[in-house]
Amino acid sequence: MPLLDVRGLCIDYKLQNGYLRAVDSVSFQIDEGEVLGLAGESGSGKSTIAHSILKILPRSTRVSGSILVDGAEVVQMDDRATRAYRWKVVSLVPQGSMNAFDPVITIGSQIVESIRIHSDVDKAAAWRRTRELFSLVGIPESRVKGYPHEFSGGMKQRAAIAMALSLNPKLVILDEPTTALDVVVQRQVIGLLVRLRRELGISFLFVTHDLSVLSEIATNVAVMYAGRLAEISTSEALFASPNHPYSRALIHAIPTLSGNLSLVRSIPGVPANVLNLPPGCKFHPRCPYVFERCRKEEPRLKRTDSGSSVACHLFDGSEKDGGG
Amino acid sequence: MGVRKTVEDDVPLLEVRDLTVRFVSGRGLFAKQVVTAVDGVSISVRKGETLGLVGQSGSGKTTLARAVVKLNKPQSGSVLFKGGNIFDQRGKEAEQYRRQVQMIFQDPYESLNPRATVEKAIEEPLVIHRLARSSLSRQERTLNLIRMVGLNPEAVSKKYPHELSGGERQRTSIARALAVSPELLLADEPVSMLDVSIRIGIIDLLKELKRELDLTVVFITHDLGIARYFCDRIAVMYKGRLIEVAATEELLRHPSDPYTKQLLEAVPDPARSAKEKSSTVQES
Amino acid sequence: MFKLVRLPKDRRVLVGMSILGFFTFVAIFAPFLTPYGPHQVSGPPYSPPSFQHWMGTDELGGDILSQVIYGARISLTVGFSVALAATFIGSLVGLLSGFYRGAVDEGLMRLTDVFLILPSLPLAVILAAYLGPSVQTIIEVLTITGWPLVARVVRSQTLSLRERPFVDAERVIGAGNARIMFRVIIPNLLSLIAANAVLAITGAVVGEAGLDFIGLGNPSVVSWGTMLYWSQNLNAILRGAWWWILAPGLCIALVGLGAVLISIGIENIFNPRLRGR
Repeated sequence: MPLLDVRGLCIDYKLQNGYLRAVDSVSFQIDEGEVLGLAGESGSGKSTIAHSILKILPRSTRVSGSILVDGAEVVQMDDRATRAYRWKVVSLVPQGSMNAFDPVITIGSQIVESIRIHSDVDKAAAWRRTRELFSLVGIPESRVKGYPHEFSGGMKQRAAIAMALSLNPKLVILDEPTTALDVVVQRQVIGLLVRLRRELGISFLFVTHDLSVLSEIATNVAVMYAGRLAEISTSEALFASPNHPYSRALIHAIPTLSGNLSLVRSIPGVPANVLNLPPGCKFHPRCPYVFERCRKEEPRLKRTDSGSSVACHLFDGSEKDGGG
Repeated sequence: MGVRKTVEDDVPLLEVRDLTVRFVSGRGLFAKQVVTAVDGVSISVRKGETLGLVGQSGSGKTTLARAVVKLNKPQSGSVLFKGGNIFDQRGKEAEQYRRQVQMIFQDPYESLNPRATVEKAIEEPLVIHRLARSSLSRQERTLNLIRMVGLNPEAVSKKYPHELSGGERQRTSIARALAVSPELLLADEPVSMLDVSIRIGIIDLLKELKRELDLTVVFITHDLGIARYFCDRIAVMYKGRLIEVAATEELLRHPSDPYTKQLLEAVPDPARSAKEKSSTVQES
Repeated sequence: MFKLVRLPKDRRVLVGMSILGFFTFVAIFAPFLTPYGPHQVSGPPYSPPSFQHWMGTDELGGDILSQVIYGARISLTVGFSVALAATFIGSLVGLLSGFYRGAVDEGLMRLTDVFLILPSLPLAVILAAYLGPSVQTIIEVLTITGWPLVARVVRSQTLSLRERPFVDAERVIGAGNARIMFRVIIPNLLSLIAANAVLAITGAVVGEAGLDFIGLGNPSVVSWGTMLYWSQNLNAILRGAWWWILAPGLCIALVGLGAVLISIGIENIFNPRLRGR
């Protein structure tokens, strides 16, 4: 049984005059010990999905479909069950969390506070745990009473990860954890995550717009566009031979240090605006392979022979329904 | 066909000599902290090249660029443009410098006046320097500039920055910078705040404009991949110091400084990762 | 600036503008609207609201409604003039201070501090004694004590504006200080200044009433403040003449409310634009 099983997830935000569909029929799975990279640009819905798993979307948001964590249905969970679940089974390292620390309280205290909010542990035990966490993520225990401004960016990010690990969750969701970090520090944080996965068997859902980073850490990668899944593949398969025109274009839009520069190409047009989506396939206005069907009919996620799942009319040969 | 070397060919377009820029924080009773953002940096930029200024945050690359456009005053050292010290310029000379050297900023939204339309923003330098005599010729030039950066005048001329997408805003900034027909263009992380899929589009635009308008470009970035894509030479900075400068491919293949090596190692590379997939990644 | 045309779309603003518009109209057309003159004795003293006197009469038998209507002239005149003057002076000082910084800022801020700590009441007393109690004096006092607050607010906003990248960009394309101030800083300050100005109306109207109340205004002039002064002096409450206090008090409160509603609307018009990325 997969640790995280998302099926047909649809999320609508409430606006002044109606609802806006931010995520449409998304399905994917994460097995124990795996890392799933959720890649996409702004407006793709990736952060929304991350927040929905932890149930921290605004109350007015409509969530339908199913999110099964360790077999338990999360979407309909009541408040009591949610409190038992949040931070203990699944936790989150939010976007910009390294800057979210309260500047006038020591980092150790903030982690202790988080532990005591989510569990019934006494203060001494919480501090013990916090010291443990510090060494787990590679920060010297002596820094436990340090203030945020005394920590470097990389150390703050490690502290945020420590906070997420405090109650031994099985799945940790990380939202753009390396985006604001220098490349060298980024490398260290990724190394940390790889080690944590190896030592503790934790699964990660790694949300980012930086595809290259995913090549270092992800088992599988799900590419999102305009709230829909474009493709899900293993990391190797995606980078070696991307199927969906968007995945392909996105990979080629990133110049690397050793790749062929003449293949680098921009994607024409602008990223889809969720407030004003075109009919049919949401990527069709920018797709070099567009044909008539794309303009009218939205493609469904289908499994290809190679084992990836793609939502594209070009791949309608296989009739098996894909689900990640 | 022999090419006669002119005097200009020998003098670098821009020359930074032993430049030091320091900032003092804290006032009055509080302890004054001195930060040396740029520490004795010397570098020259040849006419027609694209020089990449690469470094992580705190490396001083932005401070250096700001000094070149006179937004920062150096404590010591000099910046020479076509042989003349820019900080000695007065009156007409100083005015002229503003037509010769321009800059594009990192934040597409914050670098445009929220109260000015695209048209007005691009027109601004024309008005300031009294280029294009009549309002009609100004309008025409503005229209041309808007088209030159790949925007549709009908669609964007009357729009305000908050009505534009990130890419459109950045293109507007580029048009504004080019209005005075500068010789040297500094671009400070122009694409790092844009969506991944459109970054190369803006870089390609800069490439094309550079060719068409015979520009020299200093491109500041922390992204080595983009530096490789766009720059002829790359200068690496770290904590205010210039670590190493070399032609792009040379620097990437045979870096001489250990910091450069560490930097290159740290950049995620899908092609390389594929080979290393089974081995453990070292955490330093 | 033309965005202000969009103001009426906000319901709160509509209410606010209606209130102020109403009082302004009333003030302008006072002679045509009042049944009696402001100093005219027309009925029995201290009579409660009735058909002949909608808001009752004062201690001499003068119609309170007429007084309130004529009073609007003074109160609104003071309100608008002080708001205009204090905002103008304060904005100028704040702008120059925040923009030039250094010695200019230090100097102007010390000056502002001096005026800021001037207590308005004692100052009013002194000026009233020196210049004689009058509407003019009140306007002067309120302006003198009102501009420092505007200066601080405008200075603070100017300081933050001048650090923003688009100001750097203006410098790089060659704009000089004057151009930056007029074309970049001021247009971005307008919403703040407008909101402050409107809010100042409230302060001025209440301030005028207050100064009149303690006897620093000209008691023979009919304004909402002097009405409160007289009603207090003649112990209206003890006599049960609540209408004498309610009428001017309610008008002051309504004008204040109207101004606040409009200033909220101004904030909302300009700020979401700026926040909309």
